[in-house]
Amino acid sequence: MANSSDAAAGVADSGRVSLIYDPKVRSYFFQALTVIVVVYILYTGVTNAVDNLARAGIASGFGFFGDRAGFDIGQTLIHYTNDSTYFTAFMVGLTNTLLVAAIGIFFATIIGFVVGLARLSKNYLVQKLATVYVETLRNIPLLLQLLFWYKAVLAVLPSPRGAHALFGDSVFLNNRGLYLPRAIGEEGSGLVWIALLVGLAMWVVIGMWSRKRQMETGQQFPVFLTGLGLTIALPLIAFIITGAPFVVDYARLEGFNMVGGRVIQPEFMALILGISLYTASFIAEIVRAGILAVSHGQTEAAFALGLRPNHTSRLVIVPQAMRVIIPPLTSQYLNLTKNSSLAVAIGYPDLVAVFGGTVLNQTGQAVEVISITMLVYLTISLLTSSFMNWFNSRVALVER
Amino acid sequence: MNKSILTAVVGAAAFAGLGAAAASAATLDDVKAKGFVQCGVSTGLAGFSAPNDAGDWTGLDVDLCRGVAAAIFGDPKAVKFSPLSAKERFTALQSGEIDVLSRNTTWTMSRDTELGLNFAGVNYYDGQGFMVRKSLGVNSALQLSGASVCVQTGTTTELNLTDYFKANNMTYNPVVFEKLEEVNSAYDANRCDVYTTDQSGLYSIRLGLSAPDDHMVLPEIISKEPLGPAVRQGDDQWFSIVKWVHYAMLNAEEMGITKANVDEMVTSTDPNVMRLLGKEGTFGEAIGIGNDWAYNVIKQVGNYGEIFEANVGASTPLGIARGVNALWSKGGLQYAPPIR
Repeated sequence: MANSSDAAAGVADSGRVSLIYDPKVRSYFFQALTVIVVVYILYTGVTNAVDNLARAGIASGFGFFGDRAGFDIGQTLIHYTNDSTYFTAFMVGLTNTLLVAAIGIFFATIIGFVVGLARLSKNYLVQKLATVYVETLRNIPLLLQLLFWYKAVLAVLPSPRGAHALFGDSVFLNNRGLYLPRAIGEEGSGLVWIALLVGLAMWVVIGMWSRKRQMETGQQFPVFLTGLGLTIALPLIAFIITGAPFVVDYARLEGFNMVGGRVIQPEFMALILGISLYTASFIAEIVRAGILAVSHGQTEAAFALGLRPNHTSRLVIVPQAMRVIIPPLTSQYLNLTKNSSLAVAIGYPDLVAVFGGTVLNQTGQAVEVISITMLVYLTISLLTSSFMNWFNSRVALVER
Repeated sequence: MNKSILTAVVGAAAFAGLGAAAASAATLDDVKAKGFVQCGVSTGLAGFSAPNDAGDWTGLDVDLCRGVAAAIFGDPKAVKFSPLSAKERFTALQSGEIDVLSRNTTWTMSRDTELGLNFAGVNYYDGQGFMVRKSLGVNSALQLSGASVCVQTGTTTELNLTDYFKANNMTYNPVVFEKLEEVNSAYDANRCDVYTTDQSGLYSIRLGLSAPDDHMVLPEIISKEPLGPAVRQGDDQWFSIVKWVHYAMLNAEEMGITKANVDEMVTSTDPNVMRLLGKEGTFGEAIGIGNDWAYNVIKQVGNYGEIFEANVGASTPLGIARGVNALWSKGGLQYAPPIR
């Protein structure tokens, strides 16, 4: 009897199991233990690093952000001189990275969709060309492609004194960059920009109105043509009324280099060419997969309903393909943004080159600089992916 | 549950690893235990640190590391070289990846203090200069306004450049690369009008361009660049070894002791020579190495004048004159404290 009561000790009178054998308690216990261990490791790592830096006599902390940078940067989107602070230098690097990412994503998406559709084309030549594009570019490492564009294509352009002049001395291409004319706004030019914004706003409003009307009455309205017309016509009218308040600044050869106009540096061009063409080859495959994922029955059903081919593809095929396309597309956008850090190899002043390179070396504060750089990339990536998740939830199939 | 145990074990292992990394032993003991000196050098700067045709590292900076190895092991080959970019060099030294950084590195106050380094003397007095194409028709740095300038990131050069153009009210367009080879190829491809770095470096880089004779180094020197070997702070014994290897080479030149005659000089009765070559006193023991340390350095590597001539001097393609790098007794700046 005594033994059996011992054996049953785990089971209380009420029939409940002892806490040690309760799976819920157990799992909470081990999860808490894991959290404690992880926190402890992180804590030890951080305190160790701080102690070691102090012992080695290396300055630490984030005070350097307010100090004078004292170096120049080749391409700046925001106001920066060598008298600016390290923080401003950081912002210059960050904006340069964001610029490359935004423009790269723009071109990669367009090229990717075009090539992806071309791979499905019934035209033999178009389809084979697209296949060759995809298979070549996605199978060569990106770094090599960047070096190819920078060293093999752009570096062999002529020097400024023998520059290629295009469009009658208004655009110049040489090994220092692409020089475009720049419009400088004079008094009254603000009105033109306002007219442009109004045009764009009206496009959006008309779009919403036409959608609502079509839902109610079934009548359609040429939104695209009207919107485009307004966006072009309104600024044009403002431009004429205010008496053409722009002067065009052309690049010209002066001393060593061309001055004036707007210059797009070869480092920037090589980087954009490299990352957009490379990422586009992956996007093309994603687009192709997305379209092939929509069963042929959908097309047949749409035809049976009497939809025309372009309506079939716009209203039936593409919306369903987008559900398959968006998630992997997000990954490609993230890859592109992170790959832009390869800029350091060709001398484009992105975040890694300016902040993780020059600033790190001039201040010597590797731990701080590298952790901030990592944090910035993490933040950019998380923001991009949360935007794409939001977009995905909008195009996702709503099941009843 | 198994997963949790695994996590705990991995965590404990990681903690042990961190704990071990926190402790640091004396550099000399570590070096003796592993049997070689780990020396940080440039990724290839002819005359200072560059691999030769046979793949062996040679140069003025390399010979300093060989000297340290000779002093400790009596073998100048007991060195392993880590080629480092300008950006990587200090982190490599701070983290203990290398024992000594001998990589044409400028001694500045912030590096000496905030970076936790100690500079063990100056093995080459340099200054920053500019190189341009002869076809530009420029003969002074003051005519460079508006030029594109190629420069390596993370160097004092980058800052001096800014200061110089600012002080002279000139504009320029910086083109910044991380690696020396990238700067070289960009300049060679005419991406920039001007290449700026230490003047000795310019002479060395010019040799590697596709048409060296089309380029010229402008006469202006815009900064002081004392280049020297650096070690980590907090290990005075190791600091002393590196410092005194350099001084031993200078003292040897001053006393006229060369690679060739050092075996005869061992029998000298001059007390200065006897102290240097370990016949009198226990100077080597005082820094934890053999008393014949300086004998080994001179015998196997040479005195300062010899390594200068062999690597960058008049007989080499670089053809750099001793100039300010001559001994103090010959009108230069190289001066070593006495061994006594």
